[in-house]
Amino acid sequence: MYLFDEETAKKRIAQRIAREFSEMSKEKDLFVNLGVGIPTMVADYIDSKRVFLHAENGMLGVGPAACDRECDPLLINAGRIKVTETLGCSYFDSSVSFGMIRGGHVDATVIGAFEVDQKGNVANWIIPNGKMLGVGGAMDLVTGAKKVYIAMQHVSKKGVPKILTKCKLPITGYGKVFTIVTEYALFRFIEQKMHLEEICSEITLEELKGITPAEYVVSDELKYF
Amino acid sequence: MNNVLKSLKLKSIEDAMKLIKSGDRIMVSGFGNSGDPKMLVQALTEVDANDLTIISNDLGSPNEGLGTLLTAGKVKGLIGNYYNWNPEVADEFNAGNITVDLIPQGSFAEGIRAAGVGVAGFYTKTAVGTGLENGREVKEFNGEKYLLQEAIPADVALISAQIADELGNLVYYKTARNFNPIMAMAGKLVIAEVSEIVPVGSLDPESIVTPHIFVDVLVKRSC
Repeated sequence: MYLFDEETAKKRIAQRIAREFSEMSKEKDLFVNLGVGIPTMVADYIDSKRVFLHAENGMLGVGPAACDRECDPLLINAGRIKVTETLGCSYFDSSVSFGMIRGGHVDATVIGAFEVDQKGNVANWIIPNGKMLGVGGAMDLVTGAKKVYIAMQHVSKKGVPKILTKCKLPITGYGKVFTIVTEYALFRFIEQKMHLEEICSEITLEELKGITPAEYVVSDELKYF
Repeated sequence: MNNVLKSLKLKSIEDAMKLIKSGDRIMVSGFGNSGDPKMLVQALTEVDANDLTIISNDLGSPNEGLGTLLTAGKVKGLIGNYYNWNPEVADEFNAGNITVDLIPQGSFAEGIRAAGVGVAGFYTKTAVGTGLENGREVKEFNGEKYLLQEAIPADVALISAQIADELGNLVYYKTARNFNPIMAMAGKLVIAEVSEIVPVGSLDPESIVTPHIFVDVLVKRSC
């Protein structure tokens, strides 16, 4: 099966989601919260001035990461990365910030995941190995954002599938996933069923099935990306 | 006639720290390295009081920021949401040396706000059915399940602001605002560390984020 190197895989995932947000923002201003890792990379490929990034530590209108010259140690995003302002940005306290999330004002969140399953359940907050002790805003984001996008490589670094019939790790939110984007495929949840809508042209449907234990329907209008 | 209102709240850091007692539940603001009261936290490692319960978003990094409290052996329990930046928290928890109450960040923030505004608790969809449900009440509203989150009160709140006027009205700075305004409401005693203290009347009333009714003690940041 065709293998992408890690850098290319991540870039493909980020670009695909960025394209969707750019499209969506043609009709209305779009408010998006990006998690750490591949989700953060999405911002680099958004080709629209009408996508506004929300950081749960209290900022709307987050700009690109700061370079040394403009670096302000108190201006950070939720991943503790030093960032910049955009025109029209604003600051608010943590309860207002999560009010935006829980109150359904944030259009989409993009998060990474350890596992996702065919019911749209996602596990991304803890691997119970005694080394992790933190949830952050993961559960609020998965529960409150209008649309949850999973941005992750199709299998783990050890080659283990991550899109499963049933998550084994502790769940962050039940039935909340709207779209999964990996380097090989795009899946959507429509009426509680997982649909394969896009597949990369470098692999076959059989090869995809081989690395995707979850049950899914192949869309009648399957596209290639 | 002298119209100038001088501050009744300005204290030295030594006097401010005398207000903290063993066993206190202490809220400390900040997210990562932004908006935490660094001078107050440093001073807290040196007080006689111990067995403290620290209520904060995170616990800094190992022996850095709030992490120094753990190193100094001041901590009995933690209430917060993200300790992955400081692996010493998991170590101390696994060793049975401290208790940790993990609450999703949004429920944590709203719980603090609730304590500050006289609300006993609220229901949220966040964490329903997850490992963080922790036996709390689940109730249905309009056919959907919600989880009870009780208010999170504190004896003391240590916060940080950019500018205070002499009354204790506070203005913050960018993402250093985070938990400060809500902790200012939730602490029974609120000690604010500020970079600058200006005369009453020099802040635009529209720009004040925390009205001085919430603030008890002002400490001037030394650096």
